[in-house]
Amino acid sequence: MNLEKVVFAFTIILALTLNFGFFTGDIGNAAHHNVYELYAAIFVNAIATILKFGDRTHMGAVLLAASLVADIQLVAAAGVWVYAVHVTDIGLTPAIVASIVSLAGGAVIANTISVSLLVIETVMLRR
Amino acid sequence: MDSIVFLILRQMRAPLLLLTTIYAIATLGLTLIPGMDDKGQVWYMDFFHAFYFVSFMGTTTGFGEIPYPFTDAQRMWALIFIYISVATWVYTIGTLIRLWQNETLQKALAEHRFQRQVRQINESFFVVCGYGNTGSRLVKSLRKRLIRASVLDLKQDRIDALMLAEHPLFLPGLQADASTPRNLVLAGIMHPMCKSVVALTDDNAVNLHIAITAKVLKPELKVICRSDSHEIEANMASFGTDAIIDPFDSFAKDLGLAVDYPYQYMLSDWFRNESGETLAPVMQLPKGRWLLCGFGRFGRAIHRELVDAGMTVQVIEPNKALLNLPVNAVIGDGTEAVTLNQAGVSEAVGIIAGADDDSNNLSIIVTAKELNPDLFVIARQNQQANSRLFAHPRAELVMEVSDVLATKIRTLLTNPLVDDFLSLARAHDDSWAQNLTERIRKISPSGFPEVWECVIAADSAHAVSNALTKGTDVRIEHLTHDHHDRDVSLPVLALLHSNSQGAFCMPSGHASLAANDRLLFAGSAASRARMQWNLQNEVALGYMLTGASLPQTWLGRWLQRANS
Repeated sequence: MNLEKVVFAFTIILALTLNFGFFTGDIGNAAHHNVYELYAAIFVNAIATILKFGDRTHMGAVLLAASLVADIQLVAAAGVWVYAVHVTDIGLTPAIVASIVSLAGGAVIANTISVSLLVIETVMLRR
Repeated sequence: MDSIVFLILRQMRAPLLLLTTIYAIATLGLTLIPGMDDKGQVWYMDFFHAFYFVSFMGTTTGFGEIPYPFTDAQRMWALIFIYISVATWVYTIGTLIRLWQNETLQKALAEHRFQRQVRQINESFFVVCGYGNTGSRLVKSLRKRLIRASVLDLKQDRIDALMLAEHPLFLPGLQADASTPRNLVLAGIMHPMCKSVVALTDDNAVNLHIAITAKVLKPELKVICRSDSHEIEANMASFGTDAIIDPFDSFAKDLGLAVDYPYQYMLSDWFRNESGETLAPVMQLPKGRWLLCGFGRFGRAIHRELVDAGMTVQVIEPNKALLNLPVNAVIGDGTEAVTLNQAGVSEAVGIIAGADDDSNNLSIIVTAKELNPDLFVIARQNQQANSRLFAHPRAELVMEVSDVLATKIRTLLTNPLVDDFLSLARAHDDSWAQNLTERIRKISPSGFPEVWECVIAADSAHAVSNALTKGTDVRIEHLTHDHHDRDVSLPVLALLHSNSQGAFCMPSGHASLAANDRLLFAGSAASRARMQWNLQNEVALGYMLTGASLPQTWLGRWLQRANS
């Protein structure tokens, strides 16, 4: 067992679970999607991205790419939120919430790829 | 470039993680701590405002407490995180700066830059390994001719000197070990425009390694090596090194020639000159008893040549345990009168100061001249920096290693036909050489003329190769006359004509040309430019061939036919 590997896997899986937690629920209902959960998902995703920096293997490159995709999706979701609530007076209408949640849903897929790659690598390295 | 990005990313991982975490905690805290709005009601900051506040707090910009004045709880939180975030930023920026100064990164960047510069070269160039005395001289004279080179040297200060030198051409240089194949490839030996590799490092083994690497990786590459040892030379020759230059042997051979063939020597001395340099007068080596101080590699080479030429050579050498030392050798430095007298300086005709120490050599010259002012003095100069001392008119002939090497290699790289010409010239006697030197003086009285090669090919001699494909007989005399008046000959000398049958020294004007013939000419720069007309311009060549200007247009030809 290796502490670095534990932290790495923990972060990647946590990024997916938080992301999924925010995503799940009625797509147009603001009450089903907590802003703190989105915030935590963005933060953990950023940490996961930085942890993947500097790995020169092919697997490392794909992991980094998946993480960057998730980051972009989540930051875009937060951007839509800020735009609707603070920049304009639209507020959290069902349409806005739906677009925020669907952006987060895209990030879920990217994070799922990350976790799958992690699992595949672990299985391949099993001794 | 990839490796550089990865290096930076990996090193920046810890500071970025810390920075992200600090920002996240500070932002989260602000959203959780209750504040108060302008109506005195409890108000929670949202993420948008919290992140905005943390962003300018972290960089200590300080736009104030927005959107409402903070409560004391919020201020306490902000106070703690101002200090933490500033410290984190200092750490992050410090890491970035340290990374930038990192030797590995700088080396990787320099390598990347060098590789890009070499790749962008789009004309013929040479790879020069070793930028010491010889290398810098060679590169300088190549630069003067606008010939490109890429340079490798072990020492950074030499590469800095290359970068700082003011010349019309920028040349890429890299501080790297030239004996590593990877570095040679970086320097461009696999580049399609790379014509030659010159190995000039101080280390024979490294030169050998460069030669092997170059020949293995690209057999058609021309490899020129410096070598001071006969075993290494044999090894280099065994795998086809194109030219191996031993500065001592090369100088000694020329000196041996000077004994009986002073004009032949003068000729080869002249052809090592740059154009415009003053023409040295003929040097008559006195015959008789010579003193040779120092029996190292230089002394041995000189000894062999002078003895072969029939001179008596008295060796003076401080180390009596030396192998192959002649039995009658006088033991000593030669810097004191006692040793010189013992060696018989008063009956000697000349002295060679051949020690590997410049102050000793100067001392030998001064002492010997005091004892016998009529001595002919040949000095070996070891350090280029000492040339002022040797320029003082005490020595008739000064041999400097880097000079001998640089001039010889320059000729090989820029005018390879000159060496062919000189070796063919040796077959003639000395009066022939004297005659030739007089003719050279006549065409260029002020200094050494320009020497250039000319290939009969479509790009370098368009008109001539066109005429040849039509079956016209073009002779050398058609090139060496003025295209304004073909009865006037240009002040040029055809030195060598190399064709499919072989190479001919001093060809006659009636010799016919064929495609891919190579010619070597000497003459003024102006006549070189004039000759370009005959080579490239069909009207000029047509006039040279027939004495009449040929019509170039269809109409002109039709009119001419109608008139005749």
